[in-house]
Amino acid sequence: MAEQQQKEYWRWTESRWHNKDIDWKKADMITAGIDVGSVSSQAVIMVDGELYAYSNTRTGSNSPDSAIKAAKMALDGTGMSIDDIHYTVGTGYGRVNVPFANRAITEIACHARGANYMYGPTVRTVLDMGGQDCKAIHCDEKGKVTSFLMNDKCAAGTGRGMEVFADLLGVPITEVGDLSLQVDEEPEPVSSTCVVFAKSEASALLRAGWPKEKVLAAYCSAMAHRVVTLLEKINVEKDFAITGGIAKNKGVVVRLEKELGLKALEPRYDTQIAGALGGALFAMGLLRKQRAKK
Amino acid sequence: MIANYGYKDGSGDWFISIDTDKCAKCEDKPCVEACPRDMFYVFTDDWDDEVVGVVEEKRKKVKFECMPCTKLEVRPCVKACKPGAITFSF
Repeated sequence: MAEQQQKEYWRWTESRWHNKDIDWKKADMITAGIDVGSVSSQAVIMVDGELYAYSNTRTGSNSPDSAIKAAKMALDGTGMSIDDIHYTVGTGYGRVNVPFANRAITEIACHARGANYMYGPTVRTVLDMGGQDCKAIHCDEKGKVTSFLMNDKCAAGTGRGMEVFADLLGVPITEVGDLSLQVDEEPEPVSSTCVVFAKSEASALLRAGWPKEKVLAAYCSAMAHRVVTLLEKINVEKDFAITGGIAKNKGVVVRLEKELGLKALEPRYDTQIAGALGGALFAMGLLRKQRAKK
Repeated sequence: MIANYGYKDGSGDWFISIDTDKCAKCEDKPCVEACPRDMFYVFTDDWDDEVVGVVEEKRKKVKFECMPCTKLEVRPCVKACKPGAITFSF
């Protein structure tokens, strides 16, 4: 039997980064934020309030292992070990399952705080488009949440939905955004309330002879429409920032900006680390409090 | 903080909104007892305030759980909530 080649188009590559100019051995405060999400896990290490290292990995079937894997990957090559971290905050779906965390904080609070650091204090509306949910957050100049809404009941408007489409069309997930913008005319969006329905609609469109880019355009605009209706519930105000994996998909971001009539801020860091970054920032405050008590 | 619990689906918006700034100041939190469906619980939020939230396993069933009360003139939770922190989207 001929061997079948199976490609996983939805797979994205894991990554890590660290700032070689910082000497952590001289540091007074080393904090970490570990975001164990449904699809990806991130670890962010901060040294005296400065971003030192981060990693972005895939979540496995075991939350504690995924947390350790993310932390180890961030620390790889730095000479630091998990025991050197003074305070760790766990966040995301698996937040209660981070074995070395001192405290768990919800991803809503962490994303707002992380976005405040990443994009500056002018950010008022944060849209986190994660692996299996979508969060609309309104926050103040300190990154404190003033209003939030989370859609985790269905996969419409999530990274997982996009992965399904990448697989269906045989397009690598990183190329979906750019490809979807290569259409002369914007097609009607597919179903925006359900990924399963959207997928069957897309299959029908493919059979009817639509090219890949047109189908992707129809899905990206459905996704944008979906999150805009969610955002409207929390009073959208500028500046507006998008975090999470979908922020890397231009096809969705451009259509979202158009429908909202608001430009999203340009990201300075990997948009997927916002939650873990917020966790590390919370950890700093909590560590200070803990030390003051002693 | 306005915490919106619930979801949006093909049939509409199904959200319970709780203003936790008002909620934190209310000491006895009578809404928890008033709800015939035990939708609410008291917890300490990320900023160390004692507030009311919607029970996790009921957040995706808001439409069905809260539907019987839509027939009433005033919902029992809204009536019990003295600071007026609870609002509904339906």
